[in-house]
Amino acid sequence: MTSTSQALSGGPARRQRASATAVAAVAALSLSACAGSTANKPASASTAASRPAAVNKDPYPSTYKPYGAAPTLVRGVTIFDGEGGRIDNGVVYLSEGVVKAVAPDEAGLNVPADAVVIDGAGKWVTPGVIDIHSHLGDYPSPGVQAHSDGNEATDPTTPEVWAEHSVWPQDPGFSRALANGGVTALQVLPGSANLMGGRSVTLKNVYARTMQGMKFPGAPYGLKMACGENPKRVYGSKGRMPSTRMGNLAVNRQTWADAAAYKRRLDAGEKVERNLANETLSGVLAGDILIHNHCYRADEMAIVLDMAKEFGYKVSTFHHAVEAYKIADLLKDNGTCAAMWADWWGFKMEAYDAVKENVPLVERAGACAIVHSDDANQIQRLNQEASKALAAGRRMGIAITDESAWRWLSYNPAKALGIADRTGSLKPGKMADVVLWNANPFSVYARPEKVWVDGALLYDALDAKRRPVSDFELGQPGEGDVK
Amino acid sequence: MMRAKLLGGLLRGVAVAAVLCSGTVAQAQDVTITNARLVIGDGSAPIEGGTVVVRGGKVISAGAGNVAAQGTVVDAGGAWVTPGIVAGFSRIGLVEVDAVAGTNDRSAERSPFSAAIDIAPALNPLSSPVAVNRAHGVTRAVVAPAVGSGLFGGLGALVDLGADRSMVTRPRLFQYVEFGESGSQNAGGSRAATFLTFRALLAEARDYARNPAAYDGRSKDSLLLRADAEALARVIDGRERLFVRADRAADILSVLNLRSEFPRLTLTLVGATEGWTVAREIAAAGVPVVTSALTDLPGSFDQLASSQSNVGRLRAAGVDVAVGVFDDDDAHKIGYTTQYAGNLVALTRLPGAAGLSWDQAFAAISSVPARAAGVEDLVGSLRPGRVGDVVIWSGDPLELSSVPTAVWIDGIKQPLSTRQDRLRDRYAVPQESALPKAYQH
Repeated sequence: MTSTSQALSGGPARRQRASATAVAAVAALSLSACAGSTANKPASASTAASRPAAVNKDPYPSTYKPYGAAPTLVRGVTIFDGEGGRIDNGVVYLSEGVVKAVAPDEAGLNVPADAVVIDGAGKWVTPGVIDIHSHLGDYPSPGVQAHSDGNEATDPTTPEVWAEHSVWPQDPGFSRALANGGVTALQVLPGSANLMGGRSVTLKNVYARTMQGMKFPGAPYGLKMACGENPKRVYGSKGRMPSTRMGNLAVNRQTWADAAAYKRRLDAGEKVERNLANETLSGVLAGDILIHNHCYRADEMAIVLDMAKEFGYKVSTFHHAVEAYKIADLLKDNGTCAAMWADWWGFKMEAYDAVKENVPLVERAGACAIVHSDDANQIQRLNQEASKALAAGRRMGIAITDESAWRWLSYNPAKALGIADRTGSLKPGKMADVVLWNANPFSVYARPEKVWVDGALLYDALDAKRRPVSDFELGQPGEGDVK
Repeated sequence: MMRAKLLGGLLRGVAVAAVLCSGTVAQAQDVTITNARLVIGDGSAPIEGGTVVVRGGKVISAGAGNVAAQGTVVDAGGAWVTPGIVAGFSRIGLVEVDAVAGTNDRSAERSPFSAAIDIAPALNPLSSPVAVNRAHGVTRAVVAPAVGSGLFGGLGALVDLGADRSMVTRPRLFQYVEFGESGSQNAGGSRAATFLTFRALLAEARDYARNPAAYDGRSKDSLLLRADAEALARVIDGRERLFVRADRAADILSVLNLRSEFPRLTLTLVGATEGWTVAREIAAAGVPVVTSALTDLPGSFDQLASSQSNVGRLRAAGVDVAVGVFDDDDAHKIGYTTQYAGNLVALTRLPGAAGLSWDQAFAAISSVPARAAGVEDLVGSLRPGRVGDVVIWSGDPLELSSVPTAVWIDGIKQPLSTRQDRLRDRYAVPQESALPKAYQH
């Protein structure tokens, strides 16, 4: 292990990204540690033959319940509504767990006398940040081998695994994302060592005893796929397919072809053995499960878009998409989002052509731009990452307002996750997932002052009792610190 | 050509006539920047209407009021003018692409040498991260080797990010060693072995120093090759600073205690994630700290008490604390230093947190890292006699939207365009036009 992998800034997700970087040796170690079960393909796990209608599509259902929500009025505050709208000196009214009103003034609002009233002068209200790419819970802190549960990379395709079955709900990272980043929902994805890493899960950023207790009710599943260097390196180094980009495609295509055949039998009402991998892939082909495809290079993204057409599915989002700016028009035409960093680059060849204007260039082309983290540290300041991208865009003459840029952090990821009808913007009736910032959140000097999830105040910078402390940190040095 | 009146020895021996990538020729110019919101970098407050004069590649004066202009006069128009940013810890110049082994010179896992490994010849001033981070206003950086096979990583340097053919300002500036989890791995598996190995290696180096000719670095019993022994001998007597990575509070205290046995060690603590819990002891020892500003997760059991308030609390206890860039960001994103410093200011508004004032925060990325590396007389501020590294900014240097509009290094005006800018311009409109993109250059 090189010293560079001795994470000072520590996050395990960091190391996961590093699995694609200089620290490949570490990743290889962790992969080999779980090798040995490669022979067990999902079919062997099947026990009961069943017809599609009999398969429970939600066997680990959400038990998330919103916490108590006092009627809350924030007045005199600057509002970014998450869909590009802005109100200066406005009011936000939250009640019964939902956004009741976002308005220039209080006229017509039936605010009860006992409502919590907050003076928002000099402060900003936004929808909660939604991180579409996280490994919290699956690569938690501390990043010890015993916690390394983010990638069942023992086979080039593992669509049968579900990230939710690895989530450790005591990851201290959830609290940092909430308190420092204003993150109210996140998608936890499997890693990118293999072509098909498994199903993702979308969580409310609310601590619970169980994964199910954090699960975003009704959010569709995603399937993590990965292009490029990682799969070909990981399996090629073991002397097996794929070892090239063309190998990547061949394995993907055969897998899709087999899944399509499986789905045809299902659709025809034939009795088939349960196959967990093909159930996931059939879900994608049926449009129920969304594709989240780790892919850096423009030319590879274009090939993936054609592969999706070949087999009849849609790519919801390319993740990382470092070269999205080269094909922003193609992304727009295909209705595919790009989830990007502001300035990560150079850690591997497919991240070499990064530009700081990637996000605004995608935005300008009319495609769906998202700022994501893939990191337990940067999830704590996605607002700052968006701010850097916004400024880079403005420097090259792309006029984007602050309120429009906030779409990159809430509404666009909500759309890409299939939850935009319930969260991601401050529209009446939507979940009251809201952040009060102590300054313009695109300033480096801003921090969340309060964060509400479903209207419940779950972080308050002014109240140490409203700062979550995970089981792991209880009784440890620094417990309950501002962090 | 750089002027002959440059004070000899202190400045890098740069081949200033080198033709740059852009085809221009580097010229040290005398320059006077007026009408500045002038930041000296030593922790003092900005000076409105300030003037800085650079002559012969060095700062002659910086402050308020009228001074005799030298050379080209640049009216900053009230803009922020600062010394160049100094990254207190980095690997800039050692890496082009992390995952391409041939371009990654952080460490040498298979080398028989350790302490003697000098990174200077590995530094590549033409690597693209140098240009990208120069455009962020970083003009100098402390560069450390990563630890390879032995306990010691080798010899780090102070570098500049100028667009020329040499980036070494001060080679062999410090020796690098890691304690804690990684150190114990390199010593065979326990912290106890780390400290024993450290003592044994230094004892052997002392033997070497007493009588180099008699030292047998080749016998099976010897722990050190001659070259490594020679390098460590300079650490024992304090001629070379020792950068020590340690994060767990107990490890930090053990490191400070090394001076009871080796009293002339000149220590700089690196990392020090739990430093705030032993801030008084660090302050009493007079040991400076270089840390990552925003570490707040228990990434390992060495970092259970991690907090973004580490810097602020150390500073409040009287520790000289500088900001560095670590881990995955250390070679490509050392421009994060300004963002980190801005976040430290933000913490001052958060109840229960500790941060830095703006002036302290800027010093933590300019003069303090210079001091932590023992080169405060050379770089890190606009005090007279320091190198002529000056940046004019589009706005508050710590704010996310700000960028340098002009950068001088050693008094040489720097190009700020990068390969990334060229890609951006080529794809500002993604579609091809009359010819393929390859013809657009």
